[in-house]
Amino acid sequence: MNPALSVIFFTTASGAGYGMLVTLGLYAAVGRLPNDLWFALTAMVVSLGLITAGLLSSTFHLGHPERAWRAFSQWRTSWLSREGIMAIATYVPALLFGLAWAFPTYVPLPQSLLGILSAVFALGTIYTTAMIYRSLKPIHQWHNKHVVPSYLMLGVMTGAMLVLALTTLFGERTAFLTPVCGILFAAGLTVKWLYWSFIDTSAGASTPTSAVGLSGPNVKVTSVEWPHTEANYVLKEMGFQVARKHAARLRHVAIWAGFLLPAVALEASILLPAMAPLLLMPATVLMAIGIIAERWLFFAQAKHTVTLYYGSSSA
Amino acid sequence: MTSLPATTDKKLGLVIDLDTCVGCQACVTNCKEWNTGGLMAPLTDLKSYGAEADGVWFNRVHTYEVTGHEACGASASRTMHFPRSCLHCETPECVTVCPTGASYKRTTDGIVLVNEDLCIGCKLCSWACPYGAREFDVFEGVMKKCTLCVDRIYNENLAEEDRVPACVLTCPTSARHFGDLGDPNSDVSKLVASRGGVDLMPELGYKPTNKYLPPRARKDSAAARPTPELKPITADGFLGWVDKLLSR
Repeated sequence: MNPALSVIFFTTASGAGYGMLVTLGLYAAVGRLPNDLWFALTAMVVSLGLITAGLLSSTFHLGHPERAWRAFSQWRTSWLSREGIMAIATYVPALLFGLAWAFPTYVPLPQSLLGILSAVFALGTIYTTAMIYRSLKPIHQWHNKHVVPSYLMLGVMTGAMLVLALTTLFGERTAFLTPVCGILFAAGLTVKWLYWSFIDTSAGASTPTSAVGLSGPNVKVTSVEWPHTEANYVLKEMGFQVARKHAARLRHVAIWAGFLLPAVALEASILLPAMAPLLLMPATVLMAIGIIAERWLFFAQAKHTVTLYYGSSSA
Repeated sequence: MTSLPATTDKKLGLVIDLDTCVGCQACVTNCKEWNTGGLMAPLTDLKSYGAEADGVWFNRVHTYEVTGHEACGASASRTMHFPRSCLHCETPECVTVCPTGASYKRTTDGIVLVNEDLCIGCKLCSWACPYGAREFDVFEGVMKKCTLCVDRIYNENLAEEDRVPACVLTCPTSARHFGDLGDPNSDVSKLVASRGGVDLMPELGYKPTNKYLPPRARKDSAAARPTPELKPITADGFLGWVDKLLSR
């Protein structure tokens, strides 16, 4: 599948933003949220900023962005419609939560309840995003049980790391969140590893012979001529090819930059608390690069069944 | 509404005979000609005469080499031409994934259509179609697809014999058939039954309405019919004299 930059940015940025909401919401639920106006404002602006920027960027690849509002109508069958509704609905508890946290005297609303609501809605939104891909049967690398855990895990992981980096920047206590982030990096790498081993060792049920309706033990179908000499929409959108070695290298980038090096920085920040901001800020940037590489691979390595018509041996 | 009808009154669709299709592209051409002025018009072409010509087509004909199939007979392989277009599935997930309700399946005849006025051009329906039947019109910003010539088959301005999809009308080898596949007594249903018509990628569960007839087993192969030897030519008279002279 064609890795469109707008969709890669949307899923990674808004995933991290929703992950921040989950982290902050649960932080509030256990009563550990620091009562610091500037930290509260910064955290909420970064979280909602990432979410909003992601949502806006996802409308850029539409043919008719001005009609985007129509996408809220088909929630009965469409995961994309459900995602749109969840994304907008999440603003309600999130904004109330932010106001109650930053201005407790002016907005005397229960922080912990709003925090839990924000976390639930944020997780729900990431879930609907993941289900858009999970539900597409023609794409074996998406239509499997590893996709939803990957999206949820990586969203929460990147969000928690961003919150941790901000707490150190504002000199807040991090004793609680640092080990949580460590666990999340381990869990994130595990689900992603399981996903990669799954796609490396399995292929979709469809074959070049089932694609043209032939069957038989020795039947082999080889493409000798395409219907068109130049690339068409179907090939540009769904026939994206990526060299194997390219993918292997990017997977290393994703593993090291996205998980292992940030985890090492996390460990070092426990040993050298004074250096925490200097360690965790670059670690967060590194993590972003790694997760973008991971998301690029998620699209680039996804193979649509239509490629079977164009000479691909499996999909 | 993107919810699918539980049943449709008719199941209009195509039956495509892979045995007789010669890959002449006439169906492709007539489809483009009709539909670029039809319901989904225009079928935009970009850089039509340049090096990177691109455009929207509802019907594409591939060519394959098939081996190990009964259709090969004594030969090592057989060439098979394969027209690919929308199969108007019974459970088309291109419809259910649509977030706006632009894609729909008609309750009366089962035809899958796009309401271009509602389409936001998110392209998700094209991802959900295993067969690559939907093509995005970059110029118009909306998704386009085969309409089964809905603007021909009910068109009372056309002579009755012309009320079939453009691709069917134009096929010079009668490899394309149109009818109600929901009616077991229709000509197309009988054809499917007698020739063992099949679904494409049945494992994905989209239940295509269109059926494909696999190439027939080849019994009298080229090897089984040796070419008779040529008889020696004998000439007499003037031609005989010339033949003798030149053979010297």
